[in-house]
Amino acid sequence: MPDLWLSIPLVALVDVGRTISLIFIGGGLVWLLISALKGREVDRRIIFLFIALSVAAPILFPMTFSEKATAVVKAVYDKVESLPEGSSVLISFDFDPAMAPEVQPMANAITRHALSRGHKVVFMSLFATGQALLTQSLQEVVVEGFPELVEGQDYVNLGYKAGNEGVLNVIITNFKKMFPTDVNNIPYDSIEALRGIRSCKDLDLVVSIGGGKPGVKEWVLFVGDPGQVPIAAGVAAVVAPQMYPYYPKQILGILGGIKGAAEYESELIKHYPRFADMDTPGLRMMGPQTLAHMVIMIFIVIGNLSFFVAKRRRRRE
Amino acid sequence: MKREIPLLITFGIGTLLILSVFIPPMETLGEDFTVFFDIIAVFAFFLGGGNLLRVHVNKLQNRKTDWPFSIVTLVGFVVVLAIGMFKLGNPGGIAAQPTAAGSLFQEIFDYVLVPLGATMYSLLAFFVASASYRAFRAKNREATILLISAFIILLGRTPFGMMATGWIPESFDILQVPNMAVWIMNSPNLAGQRAILIGIGLGVVSMSLRIILGIERTYLGGDD
Repeated sequence: MPDLWLSIPLVALVDVGRTISLIFIGGGLVWLLISALKGREVDRRIIFLFIALSVAAPILFPMTFSEKATAVVKAVYDKVESLPEGSSVLISFDFDPAMAPEVQPMANAITRHALSRGHKVVFMSLFATGQALLTQSLQEVVVEGFPELVEGQDYVNLGYKAGNEGVLNVIITNFKKMFPTDVNNIPYDSIEALRGIRSCKDLDLVVSIGGGKPGVKEWVLFVGDPGQVPIAAGVAAVVAPQMYPYYPKQILGILGGIKGAAEYESELIKHYPRFADMDTPGLRMMGPQTLAHMVIMIFIVIGNLSFFVAKRRRRRE
Repeated sequence: MKREIPLLITFGIGTLLILSVFIPPMETLGEDFTVFFDIIAVFAFFLGGGNLLRVHVNKLQNRKTDWPFSIVTLVGFVVVLAIGMFKLGNPGGIAAQPTAAGSLFQEIFDYVLVPLGATMYSLLAFFVASASYRAFRAKNREATILLISAFIILLGRTPFGMMATGWIPESFDILQVPNMAVWIMNSPNLAGQRAILIGIGLGVVSMSLRIILGIERTYLGGDD
């Protein structure tokens, strides 16, 4: 009963906060629109302020939207779904903390999906800072979400290996040569999850999550193409357009930015009710992204209005 | 000799690596060279660290512009290096991984590096917004096409895209904003990106050949 008492004002507070911030942002933009009709330019600091508000408001007062997976995201989901139980899936954390807020939700969602399908998951990283992020994901997703799974038996953490694309160049023919042990110094041959995996060619799916170098592109060039290994990609939004030349033949699907993560999460929740209560940073961050995109679009309109008004004024003069 | 020997090494290794792709018995050679490369690359870490120290100590000594920032860099570098190397504040002691849960090294990573990195990347949103306001103006036909594409992509990356055009029947679903965004990515973007990639690929091949054959010598230092 006391919880109910507490929750009612909290819900109301969120609703009121959301409404006020939307009115404030909307009102401000209308005012800027009117001044644009008078030919006034907007100072960049005002743009910064509106972006800050449009990102902060949905974080403070959550706004959620329903998502539907697009074909390019669905292809990755379907691949994980269609693999027979016990398949080997490698997830490579090829990103650093800067990119993590955008791509780590994808890594987490795919990890959940693969483990719940009963696949053996091999984790590794081509980024020095990726290993610590991998540790975070393992703790949050695997240890807390799948306490029944045993490290080394159901999944293995190979950690980071220096050498960039050189690492891939070796593991395409010989995994053990590059990773004689896992991060816990357990010898390769005694790891149950790696039984039958001599090289990347023995993997059923590789998912590279990242956007930098080495990353998805290197996985395609050094592993996907020479070894005929299916590669899926999860990349930052700014990198996604560069990945399309490889889709759908060399990369079977692409999760682009937080939208890709949100689509994957929604698909996962739709088919696996056990994940209904899971943390969904992708879906949560779609609120700030949506509002920020809308504000940017309105600023583009404002910029064009003031441009045309100024042009017409110059012509008259 | 100072130049001839490096050129000879480059030619020999370059040729061997090319041959290793085409001659099956030589296949493992590429792997071995990659492992050698990794060993050599380790020294780059020492060089990088040494260079960082040299540059910032020099900046401090000469009191160059923004020298106080060099103190922050040096202190940060030395402290994190010491914590990582000697595993200070590590619950498992010297035998455990520096990235073990609860270790000081991991705490610094989680509470300093991760938020700083995310903040730097997030600042991009502000500059993108400001740049979009100035750059996407319908000044001419090309700029208008770019403006329309940007609008479709921006709207397509939000749920509003589907909300606004979801009513369009399935037979015309290409006109739904998210599908139009995918089309832009899959057709005009793809064509442009592929052209760039092919260009880069040809450039890499020609540059590699120039290096192997000793025509390109700038990597040795100097102008010739």
